[in-house]
Amino acid sequence: MSDRSNSKPETGAFFARDRAWHPPAFAPGYKTSVLRSPQRALLSLDGTISEITGPVFGHSILNELDNDLIHNFAKPGESAIGERIIVHGRVLDERGRPVPGVLVEFWQANAGGRYRHKKETYLAAIDPNFGGCGRAITDDEGRYAFRTIRPGAYPWPNGVNDWRPAHIHFSVFGHGFAQRLITQMYFEGDPMIWKCPIVGTIPDKQAIEQLIAPLDWGNTIPMDARAYKFDIVLRGRRSTLFENRLEGN
Amino acid sequence: MVQDLGYLKETPSQTAGPYVHIGLTPNYSEIGGVYETDLGSVMVSDKTLGERITVTGRVLDGAGAPVKDAVLEIWQADSAGLYNSPSELRGTADPNFTGWGRCPTNSTDGVFRFETIKPGRVPFKDGRKMAPHITVWIVARGINIGLHTRMYFSEEAAANAEDPLLARIEHKERLATLIAHKEGSVYTFDVHLQGDKETVFLDI
Repeated sequence: MSDRSNSKPETGAFFARDRAWHPPAFAPGYKTSVLRSPQRALLSLDGTISEITGPVFGHSILNELDNDLIHNFAKPGESAIGERIIVHGRVLDERGRPVPGVLVEFWQANAGGRYRHKKETYLAAIDPNFGGCGRAITDDEGRYAFRTIRPGAYPWPNGVNDWRPAHIHFSVFGHGFAQRLITQMYFEGDPMIWKCPIVGTIPDKQAIEQLIAPLDWGNTIPMDARAYKFDIVLRGRRSTLFENRLEGN
Repeated sequence: MVQDLGYLKETPSQTAGPYVHIGLTPNYSEIGGVYETDLGSVMVSDKTLGERITVTGRVLDGAGAPVKDAVLEIWQADSAGLYNSPSELRGTADPNFTGWGRCPTNSTDGVFRFETIKPGRVPFKDGRKMAPHITVWIVARGINIGLHTRMYFSEEAAANAEDPLLARIEHKERLATLIAHKEGSVYTFDVHLQGDKETVFLDI
C-alpha cells in the first residue's frame, strides 16, 4: 500500500489539538449540530501507536483524470460548464514541514450550486458533464493540484434564508490517523463567507481566514484557468529524540 | 522579546456536510465511472491472515434517531498486532491487509458494516499491552470536527480489564459504550453521539 520514498519514518506523537481554534461540537447557529454534538468531555490521552500510525495510499490508486474535475465525469470531447480554475497548495504540518505522499480528496457542487447527490433537491440544474469529486496524492514537497470549475453558492434549510458561500470540501490524510482532517475551502473576496452559520461555527476570525484561498495571479494560465492557492496545515508531531518508546525507535 | 517558535496553526475543521459521499464514496453516491471502487470498501482478501469478523452498527443522535448520512472510517492492526503504516517500526504488517476501511451509514436504515479481521494486541507507550481494539472516526452533517473513538471486544474481558485507555475512564459505567456486542462472528457497535448512553469520544 505504501510507495513513499526514502524519508525517515516519523514516529512522534502529535501536538495536542487546539480545540479552541477548531469549531466546538455544539454550535447552535448550525442547527444540525445541536443533536449531533457530544455533551460529555472528551477523554484526553497522549497518542498511542494506534493514532501515531495511519494508512498511506500509493499512486497506483490514481487514474489520470482523478485531479481534473472538468473532465473526469464528462463525456468524451466535452467538459463541465463554469469558471475554469486550478486549485493548488501544499500540505504542511504545524512545524512547517511538507507532508509528502498523503491522499487529498475533494468534492463540490457544480457552477450553479447543485450537487450530484440523490438527497439534493435544489432546483438549479445538474451539469451532465460534472460529477464533483477528485483526489490527488501530495508530492515530495507536499504539493497537490487539481483542475475544476468554480462552484456556485447554494441555499440550505437552516435559517429561513441561509446560503452557503462557494466552497470546496477537502478530506486530508496525514501520516498518522490522529491527523485525519475534513475541512472546507472558501474563495477570496466572497461576501457570503461572513454570513454563513457553518463558517461561523469557528470562533476565531484568524482561523476562518485560514480557510480562504487567495487568487493566485502568478499561477493563472492565460486564456485557460485562474488559480487559487490553498495550503493545509495538519497537526505537527514531536521529535522522538527523547521519547521513551519501548516498542521501537 | 524571545525567539518566535514559528509554528503554524492547524487548519480548522469544518463539517463534512450531507453530501460527503460525493467525495469519499462516489460509487455509493451513484457517481460511477470516476473511481473503479470506493476506497476502503474492501479490507480483506483470501490471502489476509486472521479471524474474519463483521463490525456493524448505527450512529444515533441525541434524540435516538439513526444518523443516515455519516461516514465511518476504521483503522486497526493486523492479526499479529502490527499496523500497515510507515510509522510502524516493530515489524512488517500483513501485506494483504491495509488495516483501514471506510463505510457510509446506509441512507435508508443508517447501518454501517465492515468486513475485517480481529486485530492483535498492540503496546501502550510504556510497553503494557492494550486490549484488542479498532480505532473509529466519524464525520457527518452536524459534526463540526471528526469524532474519534475505539471499539473493544466483549469476549476480551481480561484484556479489557488491564487496558490503559479504558482504565482512564473515570465513570466506569461508561466503559460499556466502547465494547461491541458479539454474536458469532458479528460485532455490533452502536455509537451514541449524545445523551444518557453517550459514547466515550477521545481527544487523542
